[in-house]
Amino acid sequence: MTESVNSSAMPNPSYPYPDAKGRYGPYGGKYVPETLMYALEELEDAFRASLRDRTFLETLDRYRRDYIGRPTPLYFAQRMTGRLGGAKIYFKREDLAHTGAHKINNALGQVLLAQRMGKTRIIAETGAGQHGVATATAAALLGLECEIYMGEEDIERQKLNVFRMRLLGSKVNPVASGSKTLKDAINEALRDWVTNVRNTHYVLGTVHGPHPFPLICREFQRIIGQETRQQILEAEGRLPNVLLACVGGGSNAIGLFFEFLREPGIRMIGVEAGGLGVDTGRHAARFAGGKLGTLQGAMSYVLQDDNGQILGTHSVSAGLDYASVGPEHAFLRSEGRVEYVSATDDEALAAFKLTSELEGIIPALESAHALAYAQKLIPKLPGDQIAVINMSGRGDKDVQQAARYLLPGEKLL
Amino acid sequence: MNRIEARFQELRRQGRKAFIPYIAAGDPTLERTAEIVVALEEAGADVVELGIPFSDPLADGAVNQEAALRALRHGTSLRDVLGMVQTLRKRSQVPIVLFTYFNPVHSYGLDRFGPDCRAAGVDGVLCVDLPPEEAGDYKASLDALDIATIFLLAPTSTDKRIETVSRHCTGFVYYVSRTGVTGEQARVGVDVRAMVAKIKQHTDKPVAVGFGISKPEHAAEIARYADGVIVGSAIVRMIGELGDSPETASKVAEFAKSLADAAKHA
Repeated sequence: MTESVNSSAMPNPSYPYPDAKGRYGPYGGKYVPETLMYALEELEDAFRASLRDRTFLETLDRYRRDYIGRPTPLYFAQRMTGRLGGAKIYFKREDLAHTGAHKINNALGQVLLAQRMGKTRIIAETGAGQHGVATATAAALLGLECEIYMGEEDIERQKLNVFRMRLLGSKVNPVASGSKTLKDAINEALRDWVTNVRNTHYVLGTVHGPHPFPLICREFQRIIGQETRQQILEAEGRLPNVLLACVGGGSNAIGLFFEFLREPGIRMIGVEAGGLGVDTGRHAARFAGGKLGTLQGAMSYVLQDDNGQILGTHSVSAGLDYASVGPEHAFLRSEGRVEYVSATDDEALAAFKLTSELEGIIPALESAHALAYAQKLIPKLPGDQIAVINMSGRGDKDVQQAARYLLPGEKLL
Repeated sequence: MNRIEARFQELRRQGRKAFIPYIAAGDPTLERTAEIVVALEEAGADVVELGIPFSDPLADGAVNQEAALRALRHGTSLRDVLGMVQTLRKRSQVPIVLFTYFNPVHSYGLDRFGPDCRAAGVDGVLCVDLPPEEAGDYKASLDALDIATIFLLAPTSTDKRIETVSRHCTGFVYYVSRTGVTGEQARVGVDVRAMVAKIKQHTDKPVAVGFGISKPEHAAEIARYADGVIVGSAIVRMIGELGDSPETASKVAEFAKSLADAAKHA
């Protein structure tokens, strides 16, 4: 009898995505220069082999438990539930994971994988800085050289995280091209990877980019949903009715949703950044305002003009400020399995404040988008329903940015 | 027969090598681009590559990024470049290859892209971020119109990939001489010759070498073992420095002639 491996990276007849070409229906694929094609094949082989390697999996489990602090709690948000007066609200507390966000799940997994592949150098892009900090942390833990690319505008918005990365021994390379945000940091990281591909692993931070990155990131993030299932069964004796998560590239959302895709009764909602409003053009709502296209390795929805040039995006949250969205999300939307909505800057800031006041939890501005939509949705749901919101990160990094909006003109001290 | 294939056949008969300059279309303006193409042809260019500006050129170094930005600042689009080529065809029959990222082509629509290229007089297309694995519909539509589909090979390409990629190439095979983005470098990599020889074991198609070739001595060296020499950033940088001046085309042509002579008389 052959030994069974508990991983969806193995062929699964009921959900065979990504397929052999790295596609989720028409989305995904590998739209990269030739130089990277071999590296992507090598990475996929190494990743699949690592999932069959007992030592690798045990090491990953040990770090998840002893270093990241998993499982993260599933917390019943009693006061918010009382205030909104609808479904019972639980927060999946990824904000309590080491480094303060779910990003560490993927970063640590990928850096372990890079080490197993014999790569000596790690690079990553970062928007809000959370993925950069998580990668710098994992690189410090495993003793690998690490460089992080970050747009100059994001450096300005997230100075605290820049210092954290440097403190962790990583070099932070400012990116001055284009819009100086996450998209440009990814371009620069890809340029570095093309140049140094032989000794370098690129830790892409979300379920975007060329195959196998969306798969790898999903597999390292799906622990969020696996724990949630067990925890909600312990707390309530049944599965939730609604799952909510913010969607930039979409890694925390896939992490929560994936485990429940085959539960037809569970409604799932991804919340994009509505910025100043979808009709203003100043947003990052790819499904509302984008078209099918290729950006940075994947076929998905992309905010672009009529000539196929990528448009600038806007969001109060650096982590959602991106012109495309993970291809698996595009697929789940086309299948009608997941709904995608957006929340504006103002709505997110209001939810940021409310969650802080009601629950003593300062959410990341990214997570605040999911909380903002919850404020609209939850009151309409009956009291016997259960909603789980992914608290994908904590908001300490955002307090300066939020203060500028919430306390305009006011001195903080 | 496609103009690119015809040109390579002719060169092969003469025992000469192709000189292939790359310029960013729309930098400084499309009118100047047309002038520069004509001047390049007179200077000895066998094929001209026209870069379609893209907002996110992840395979390009700083020089080509900045040129694309300049072209985009006054709104140069794929449609505009096709219009320019169509007008240019009254004055020049030099083989023209569009060097582009896939998204502008995808946005234009594959159903219209090939026919419009054909109508304008474009001879070949190279999508830098479209490997053959993703190129099914794209290649079929261009093949049907006898427009060459050029794909890249790189130092990291395995034997299996060399086989697959060169099989999908028409016109010529483009070998990227180093791991990295476009841009000038001090010398030609030591392993280029061996890799070109390896590619030639898999295919009879012409092999042209680009990325990092910027001086006549590089061109001469490459021409000893490859069928074509591609020079981009060094020319693009020069155009950027000269700007929108009546002298731009003639000065670029002077530099191009030194490269063409080096490539042809190797």
